[in-house]
Amino acid sequence: MAHSEQEILAGLAEIVSEETGLPAESVLPEKSFTDDLDIDSLSMMTIVTLAEDRFSVTIPDGEVKNLVTVSDAVSFIAGAQS
Amino acid sequence: MRSQTDVVVTGLGATTPLGGDVASTWAAALAGESGARPFVEDWAERYGIPVTFAATIKVPAADVLAIPEIKRMDPSAQYAIIAAREAWADAGAPSVDPDRLGAVVSSGIGGIQTTLDGWDTLREKGARRMLPMTVPMLMPNSPVAWVSLELGARAGAHALVSACASGSEAIGYAVDMIRAGRADVVVAGGTEACIHPMPISAFAASRTLSLRNDDPAGASRPYDVDRDGFVLGEGAGVVVLESASHAAARGARVYARIAGVGLSADGFHITSPEPHGEGQVRAMRFALADSGVAARDVVHLNAHATSTVVGDLIEARSVREVLGSDADHVALSATKSMTGHLLGGAGAVETIFTVLALAERTAPPTINVANPDPELVLDLVRDEPRALPDGQIAAINNSFGFGGHNVALVVASA
Repeated sequence: MAHSEQEILAGLAEIVSEETGLPAESVLPEKSFTDDLDIDSLSMMTIVTLAEDRFSVTIPDGEVKNLVTVSDAVSFIAGAQS
Repeated sequence: MRSQTDVVVTGLGATTPLGGDVASTWAAALAGESGARPFVEDWAERYGIPVTFAATIKVPAADVLAIPEIKRMDPSAQYAIIAAREAWADAGAPSVDPDRLGAVVSSGIGGIQTTLDGWDTLREKGARRMLPMTVPMLMPNSPVAWVSLELGARAGAHALVSACASGSEAIGYAVDMIRAGRADVVVAGGTEACIHPMPISAFAASRTLSLRNDDPAGASRPYDVDRDGFVLGEGAGVVVLESASHAAARGARVYARIAGVGLSADGFHITSPEPHGEGQVRAMRFALADSGVAARDVVHLNAHATSTVVGDLIEARSVREVLGSDADHVALSATKSMTGHLLGGAGAVETIFTVLALAERTAPPTINVANPDPELVLDLVRDEPRALPDGQIAAINNSFGFGGHNVALVVASA
């Protein structure tokens, strides 16, 4: 069953929060993973792996560089579900 | 004449089956408490494991660390970080040139829970679900790497592996770093986190674990005639070591000196200690010679004594051989009777016990010795702590590991 974008955002925020220690409320759509949330490449790959598992999608390695903001990731995951 | 740098202990940290820090661990040890507990999990039933208990840490790491720390560190590193933070704060968080600050933290087994979790993930979900942090979590240098990162220790970060001697060997190596002039301060110790059905099954298969399932708290009984093996434990101990001059310059409180380090290898058998204790004797003699401490000043010994039928007596005879009649005034403590066997963490936690025994002039007890082995040729401190004499005194901490590794540390009062 497909998750709504709102559910994806909430789930992603939880994953990011547990990885970084930042409060989930601070993981807003417009935030940049690297510039705003200070996430390094290894942490980003961890988040991608956990998100793939949680939302039953595949995020190809080549796609990860395009996921600049949280919103980018939410949109990609929403699109990849179908 | 000795001309080497004196190395002193200025900070202590631990998380053990007896307590989440040094004060609670030491208080529980003096009170003769056991850290052994039945498994909460149904491992014994599910896998047919013959052992149903272990000495798990008293305060779960998740109660102390932040979620991101739990997620990116193997439990062996989590315990090391908890102990290192306490030790560093206890030492007064000294201001040290990072290039003069070292770290040596060992584990006997390494990040085995991460390794096994990774294998489970691979089999159940496939390679795509493998977490990217798996390698930096499972590598055996992970605990010391995290300690080095945390403290900014750049003089060197080392993880010496010698099974159950690892924690003591780490402290010995740290002493060498300071003596060789490569560091002024070194954070050193050992950690272990392998309470998981696979390692427990493996230790049980080697017939080294106690099977006293009906009495976990009474299972670790070094030198008792009914001892039947060790109790697997987990946790970490970390000390802050400094050159005496560095400690004096900053007015640090000094608990004790690590006066001598003795290392040897049996070269005999992959698991059994050499039956005459020849390697153990050499390690203790080297440590005493290195320390300049006379045998008559040794008043306490924290034995490796894991509660195995063969090992305990070999060590006791070795101590007698090294100290001769001076062994008569040595208060022998086997603290694994309370903590269980922390493997790579054991030597470090027992060094902390030895340091505190000298600093507080109190030898911790050995519990569960209802009937001392008639072949024990030493004076065992049983059930209650025992006062140690005033004046300049010294103690030995022994640690021996699978593979024939022998480490003896001579600790002297400050």
